[in-house]
Amino acid sequence: MSAATQPDTHVAPNRPGRSIDEHRVILSVAAFLWLILAVFGAVGIVQRLLLGEQLTTYSSYIPWGLWVAAYIYFIGLSAGAFLLSSLVYVFGVRQLEAIGPLALFTAAVTLAMALLSILFDLGHMERFWEVFLRPQFHSMMAWMVWLYAAYFLLLLAELAIVLRQRWSRLNDEQLARDRTRLRVLGTIGVPLAIAFHGGVGALFGTVVAREYWNTAIFPIIFLTGALVSGGALITAIVAFLWPTLDSGWRELVAYLSRVVILLVLLDLLLEFAEYSIPSWYQVGAEYNLITYILFGPYWYVFWVVHLLLGVVVPVILLTRRHALAQGFGAVLVAITFFAVRLDLVIPGLIAPELQGLEHAYLDPIGNRLVYSYMPSLFEWQVTAGVLALGIALFVVGYRFLRLVGPVQDVAAEGDAR
Amino acid sequence: MPPLGSPHQAVAPPEDPTDAAGPSGLERRDFLIKAAAMLAAGVAFPWGGLDVAVLPAQTSSAGATDPAVPAFAISPQADEDVLIRMQRDLARALRKPIEQRRWGMVIDTRKCVACMSCTVACVMENKLPPGVVYRPVIDTEIGTYPNVTRQFLPRPCMQCDNPPCVSVCPVNATWKRPDGIIEIDYDVCIGCRYCITACPYQARTFDFGENWTNNAATGAPAALALAGAAQYENEPNFEYSERWNRANGPIPTSPVGNARKCHFCAHRLVDGLLPMCVTTCLGRATIFGDLNDPEALVTELAASSNAIRLKEDLGTEPKVFYLL
Repeated sequence: MSAATQPDTHVAPNRPGRSIDEHRVILSVAAFLWLILAVFGAVGIVQRLLLGEQLTTYSSYIPWGLWVAAYIYFIGLSAGAFLLSSLVYVFGVRQLEAIGPLALFTAAVTLAMALLSILFDLGHMERFWEVFLRPQFHSMMAWMVWLYAAYFLLLLAELAIVLRQRWSRLNDEQLARDRTRLRVLGTIGVPLAIAFHGGVGALFGTVVAREYWNTAIFPIIFLTGALVSGGALITAIVAFLWPTLDSGWRELVAYLSRVVILLVLLDLLLEFAEYSIPSWYQVGAEYNLITYILFGPYWYVFWVVHLLLGVVVPVILLTRRHALAQGFGAVLVAITFFAVRLDLVIPGLIAPELQGLEHAYLDPIGNRLVYSYMPSLFEWQVTAGVLALGIALFVVGYRFLRLVGPVQDVAAEGDAR
Repeated sequence: MPPLGSPHQAVAPPEDPTDAAGPSGLERRDFLIKAAAMLAAGVAFPWGGLDVAVLPAQTSSAGATDPAVPAFAISPQADEDVLIRMQRDLARALRKPIEQRRWGMVIDTRKCVACMSCTVACVMENKLPPGVVYRPVIDTEIGTYPNVTRQFLPRPCMQCDNPPCVSVCPVNATWKRPDGIIEIDYDVCIGCRYCITACPYQARTFDFGENWTNNAATGAPAALALAGAAQYENEPNFEYSERWNRANGPIPTSPVGNARKCHFCAHRLVDGLLPMCVTTCLGRATIFGDLNDPEALVTELAASSNAIRLKEDLGTEPKVFYLL
């Protein structure tokens, strides 16, 4: 069936088993929910552009909040999706061949979401280019930005090659050349992705003043987290948006699910090390911070959102032999991983560096000298806006870029027009 | 922006009529009693009260070799206020090239009474908005009631010799000056707040664009007060010897949207003035000067056996010392 004649069914143009009407209903509901998210978010973004950071609740003592967590979450998704694509283009994993372009495109969209999130976090957004004009390469942050720039260009190059393959018929010679190019770009990309996302972990890990961050496991746990969340996101997309519901699709989802389970458990192991090592004897500065994470006012972020909904339930679902159950498991992992990102950023900041500073001088007007943090509605709005933009970008790309499905059919369809 | 001329009235040294003879040792208790009596004058005298406080215009014949450096006419006196000595130390330091100065501070916690006048004076001097503070005084209760005591710890920027806040800046917007002061370039700072997380003393705060009149009562009776406050908020500050009129907006006007911190009142130092927190300290608990000058009071006190620095183990090499 031609996509041009069935615009409503773009989510799964060839997907059998559901009537067109059912599709319409699902799509309308999804579009309606997206519209709510977009309006909710647009209000926040407009306020951010007009009023700056006045409506935020992060402070001088907890200077990084929801937006920084959102940024490392999205950038993790990007790095994870990209590394998954490298399994195809660098390591030649046959089982995943079909998801290569999808993974690359997802990496590009989530990268854009991450950069937008962190842009809104800057006090002077209009000066972001200073990082390129006068970088200071002692700073992990400068490294990170430069590595992102390189990664972004590399992503675009890889996407261009992959899309050309899918859009036009290439002869064997051209295909062979493209394969080589992709392998070269991917081979550069793997260390680049490890460097920039390990670098995000190092951005925190190198801060000597913050005991919770200042550990060697931070870059490692950021990378594992990227693989977990990025892998789960791709699994979810494949499970719910794949154009065909054949055995190939079932095998693909099952294969990805096994990868995700493995990564979730590996991440859990690292997390256990991260929490148990500094707190085993129940004494020390870091012990207090970990107690705060596990039993403090936001205990549910760890126990309910992360451990229950992000590990236990998904692992059960992912081990089921039903592709949709596995898909739901992957959705849970991908979404709840945001809780892990929050628990990496905020707890590092909640303890005064000097005892008593919390009541030395107060700010009764803006409440900017406090050691507690709950994101304001406005902060959620801005993050929702970024999410809505990202979803829109993804849907448009998914609809028009022909990222999935058999190459020949799509090419033929293109010729037929 | 070119440096401005002195935006402040110089604290002029008095022409002291008494002669230099007197008890050679400074009796601390004696000194404190006198100092307390003479606080309002800003400058204490060996004898007498406010009635002898003559504050004539600064004389230029003080023997300064560099005409740009404010002269200081008073020769050392026994029993003189430490402010006088610091002023003299300062003038001497300013006659040296900047790279030979090394500004430092000693805070005598035994003399601090937590009056917070340093905190407030700093807020006034730098027109700090709500949420931005350069020198809070940490007030800790020690012991279990009723056997308690309190300990006061003013916390300026430590002006570390090995500053963790500088190397994290992605855009080179903060650096250590030749005289050791850690400076922020408000015109470059992108407001990422990485330096704020990196300071082990939490001496950096962020200017969120808050104003003292935010959410203030409005209406007829409040109009006058609001007008006055608005005028205060529109006054510039002169940090780093530039004129800063902060303002909110889609593109905020610096220092809104920047990290901010104590700079030992660098803009006052160039005009031969002590940092505001030093001049307003009731108990003369804050001593300031050039640590490279062996004659300076600050150097003398920094070498005391009871001098400590905060978080010495981090290796940040602070230039603020505390006397316990």
